[in-house]
Amino acid sequence: MAYSEKVVDHFNNPRNMGSFKKDEDGVGTGMVGAPECGDVMKLQIKVQNDTIVDAKFKTFGCGSAIASSSLATEWLKGKTIEEAQKIKNTDIVQELNLPPVKIHCSVLAEDAIKAALADYQKKADPK
Amino acid sequence: MKLPIFLDNHSTTPMDPRVLEAMLPYFVDKFGNAASRNHAFGWAAEEAVENARKQIAKLVKADAKEIIFTSGATESDNLAIKGVLEMYKEKGNHILTSSTEHRAVLDTAKSLEGKGLATVTYLPVDKQGMVNPEDVRNAITDKTILISIMLANNEIGTINPVKQIGKIAKEKGILFHCDATQGVGKIPVDVQDMGIDLMSFSAHKIYGPKGVGALYVRKRNPRVRIAAQMDGGGHERGMRSGTLPVPLIVGFGKACEICEQEMVTEAARLTKMRDRLQADIMAALEESYLNGHPTNRLPGNLNISFAYVEGESLLMGMKEIALSSGSACTSATLEPSYVLRALGVGTELAHSSIRFGLGRFNTDDEIDYTRKKVIEVVTKLREMSPLYEMAKEGVDLKSVQWAAH
Repeated sequence: MAYSEKVVDHFNNPRNMGSFKKDEDGVGTGMVGAPECGDVMKLQIKVQNDTIVDAKFKTFGCGSAIASSSLATEWLKGKTIEEAQKIKNTDIVQELNLPPVKIHCSVLAEDAIKAALADYQKKADPK
Repeated sequence: MKLPIFLDNHSTTPMDPRVLEAMLPYFVDKFGNAASRNHAFGWAAEEAVENARKQIAKLVKADAKEIIFTSGATESDNLAIKGVLEMYKEKGNHILTSSTEHRAVLDTAKSLEGKGLATVTYLPVDKQGMVNPEDVRNAITDKTILISIMLANNEIGTINPVKQIGKIAKEKGILFHCDATQGVGKIPVDVQDMGIDLMSFSAHKIYGPKGVGALYVRKRNPRVRIAAQMDGGGHERGMRSGTLPVPLIVGFGKACEICEQEMVTEAARLTKMRDRLQADIMAALEESYLNGHPTNRLPGNLNISFAYVEGESLLMGMKEIALSSGSACTSATLEPSYVLRALGVGTELAHSSIRFGLGRFNTDDEIDYTRKKVIEVVTKLREMSPLYEMAKEGVDLKSVQWAAH
């Protein structure tokens, strides 16, 4: 199966690869997937004044999973929490030209975004 | 050294130029039908086919008359299993096979099972991928008519104790079919010594052309009979109808002749290259695990799992090297290699496996390049892996509650 140019580009030059400290102020962490399924994504956001100022990822998975999470961090930066909630897996599929068998990679990336946002909100507003 | 490098010699092999040379006259000049008994074109074709049959038989210590040409090993497996079941159905309908067989055997067995034509026992293998002959003995029932166990596995290269299984089959008077596709031409095969009654193999795994294979069918002690699965002109002693592909058969014969002459030196060279690749990679990369048997395996086979990185991304990071992975990221089920699972390899390590298949035309330079590239890419992907990060922080990954998807 041939990968799209954009997937290859993200795979070879991953954007924002790395980690923040989980307990750092304003950091939300989302970890989704499972090793036995062959995909685990960790996505982190750093929020100041309701805006995502930085984002990082680490991914165990195929090239499309790595590209999906790399793209997600690119898109998250500069967005408000509300805007970030609106990122859909279909946007990722379209941008990266993912074939049907790789759609689950984009779903996982959306799940990771949601999980990171939820974690941030939970930490910011513990009830 | 030229890129890309082909290190996937279990999937297929490049044709040896000597094989091509032998085949060329049989496309345009000597194009006859080997079944045309009454003119020179037919005679030339028949002579070429019979010569190839001898070359092939010699490699596996069979009689030329015991070689039946097919389109490849998949057809041979189908013909052997379905043909025996149909021919001997009065004696029983139980088939004994193993869980790490090639799909051509497993799916044939499953299809017969599904139609209610056979009952099948799938024997487990040990951690190194080997069938225990005693398990074979214990699973035999009075309905068993066929044992089908492979010679060497296509993923992990483990070589089964075929001779002992053949002995048990003989003792019990049960036919023994062996899928020897990965073994023939790579390791010594002797159908007499190994007690094999039917054996599948193909040309393209041994530097011959694609589209031709053989089924060895024993002629005496016992005389094995199979029901043809293709109706037609009654070629190949009535077991497999269809005009013989003469150029392919000539190539198959030549490929076998070369293997017979060069197997010993080639196996020694490949084993040395393979062992060096294995030692260097495993010394440089912690938590890399060999899959399969440490010594009793095919000379060119090396299958390693690299913990914390996923196989398909590894292949993507080394796309100038043709390799294969037990990961199943592309499959709809997300199930990784059933062979590795049968060995008891964890799902996550099965996703992390890479198969290196070294062959006749690989050079030391290519292996050096591969070694460096593997170490570089695994290291890079581990840096990117949240699992590696967690493991380094001392988190026990097994204790984590993962949200399976």
